[in-house]
Amino acid sequence: MAANVKENSLCKKHRRPSDIILQIVIYICSALVVALTLGMIIFIVIRGCEGMSWNFLSTPAFSYPYENYGVLGNIINTLYLVVITMLVATPIGVGAAIYLTEYAKQGRLTQIIEFTTETLSGIPSIIYGLFGSVFFYNIFKVNYSILTGALTLSIMVLPTIVRTTQEAIKTVPAGYREGSIGLGAPKWHMIRTVVLPSCIDGILTSVILSIGRIVGESAALIFTAGIASEINISSIGDIFSKVMTQGGSLTVQLYQYAQRGGAELKYAFSTALVLLITVLIINIAAKLVAHSVRKKRG
Amino acid sequence: MSKANAEAVGTVSAKATSGIRSKRSGMTDAKEHVMKFIFTLCGIVAVACVIMITVYMIISGAPAIGKIGIIEFLFGDTWYAKEEQFGILPLILTSIFGTCGAIVIGVPIGLMTAVFLSELAPKPLKNIVKPAVELLAAIPSVIYGLLGSMLIKPVIYALEEMIFANDPTHQFTGGANLFSAILVLAIMILPTIINISENSLSAVPPEYREASTGLGATKIQTIFKVTIPAAKSGIASGVVLGVGRAIGEAMAIMLVAGNSANMPGLFNSVKFLTTGVVAEFAYSSGLHRQALFGIGLVLFVFIMIINFILNGILKSNKKTAKSEKK
Repeated sequence: MAANVKENSLCKKHRRPSDIILQIVIYICSALVVALTLGMIIFIVIRGCEGMSWNFLSTPAFSYPYENYGVLGNIINTLYLVVITMLVATPIGVGAAIYLTEYAKQGRLTQIIEFTTETLSGIPSIIYGLFGSVFFYNIFKVNYSILTGALTLSIMVLPTIVRTTQEAIKTVPAGYREGSIGLGAPKWHMIRTVVLPSCIDGILTSVILSIGRIVGESAALIFTAGIASEINISSIGDIFSKVMTQGGSLTVQLYQYAQRGGAELKYAFSTALVLLITVLIINIAAKLVAHSVRKKRG
Repeated sequence: MSKANAEAVGTVSAKATSGIRSKRSGMTDAKEHVMKFIFTLCGIVAVACVIMITVYMIISGAPAIGKIGIIEFLFGDTWYAKEEQFGILPLILTSIFGTCGAIVIGVPIGLMTAVFLSELAPKPLKNIVKPAVELLAAIPSVIYGLLGSMLIKPVIYALEEMIFANDPTHQFTGGANLFSAILVLAIMILPTIINISENSLSAVPPEYREASTGLGATKIQTIFKVTIPAAKSGIASGVVLGVGRAIGEAMAIMLVAGNSANMPGLFNSVKFLTTGVVAEFAYSSGLHRQALFGIGLVLFVFIMIINFILNGILKSNKKTAKSEKK
């Protein structure tokens, strides 16, 4: 009798076989995710080194008078896209976030703005591409241009900037504002001197996240910014007029190399390696900024 | 708490401004009004963008649907641009099947990983898995496409050769088929599913778990019978976001889907709504180009439906959270 009790008691922990199986499944799934990521990165690094050379990085791709494989033109185009997009989207996004947190009263308009921002982040990039190609064609009358691509991307990254900035503004302590208002500062002055400076790293995070999205974007750009890979800058005026010409980003060039296949496949991997390193740097930068924010807030 | 604070600040500032207004110069007042106007404009930009996108998608997509006939366009089973046959039923079905397939594969793996991250992982392991998930989210979709065509396609082709070795009627796809596309999509939606599920699992109050273990349930039982059911609406919104991401993805599956407008079958070369547009846009013109915008409109309608579902889930989440607090 006594022995029987002991066998059934909690002292002897009963292990359920289904628990063990489920636990193994959970571990396998997580291991799979890590293995996938690592495998992808290692594969790109190994295959990407084959076509990598100084020539590849320092010349644009062209096919006349001889076939040359390079990504400099695409790197420059990508830089153009990043700079213009951020110049357009950051002020608007930050402004919208300020409106939502500082000015707007909880009501219909705020709800609509928040819903539409949510909607914008759910629209796939190919729809942005189609929209951008028609809408900005009506304005600029150019089929493909870097400006068209950048403006399309500005709409695309808007939700990221609005949301991240909004979160950052919300963490500014109410005491700061009360202090400023109590001293008689008008609202805009309070925002400019108190709110914005204390959430500047939040804004920076949103900008870095958006840059990551721009660098990795492809579907929205094929229809809007086009596929050209020449540099075409010979005078200072060209730096500005280039905005209205076609320009393929790194991702678009990678897609073209991959699509043609054959001998060009290794350049697809080299482009992928350049992209991957860029994305890694952006990721690390975003982390560092977020980390410094946390440290500052204690 | 923070909202209450913000409101308090609002009333304070209103009183403050009205009290001091007389002392302030007209210049400052004008500046205040201008700035408020500018910020309001910025806020409305998002609304304007959504309206413009909707209007433009309808303007550019509707004519083709009108010319072809809505029934023939949506339910026609042949897409053959050269003979002006624009039936997108195979594309719609492929997109739906492909998305479902990606969800069926991606959600269990993603959810298990989320469970691992929020419930089981010791800190050092968490520090490996979490950055891996973040990286997975950061990798551009064209790179997924490139890797899919180099790594997944050959494996699926080998499988295809094995299965259809004695089937003379099967058209071999070389691995560029729906199955490969589903695998690529499943990997691509993993980070979305993992991040959102993990957040909602972590948000489950610890009392729930304590009560469950207090009643004698094991850790795994607690996870599957208490924690996951408690986080189910959060997980559901993750799945819906995953659906949105999968149905709208184009570049990653361009190189692995095969690109002929067949009815969906695991080992058929297929065309998605998205890949159809990307593949044919550059050389299309006239009615063909309009039909592609028609496809874009159909895709847009899908996405809007998904958005409304997501919004509904999020709203009901907020409601339950509020009622629980009460």
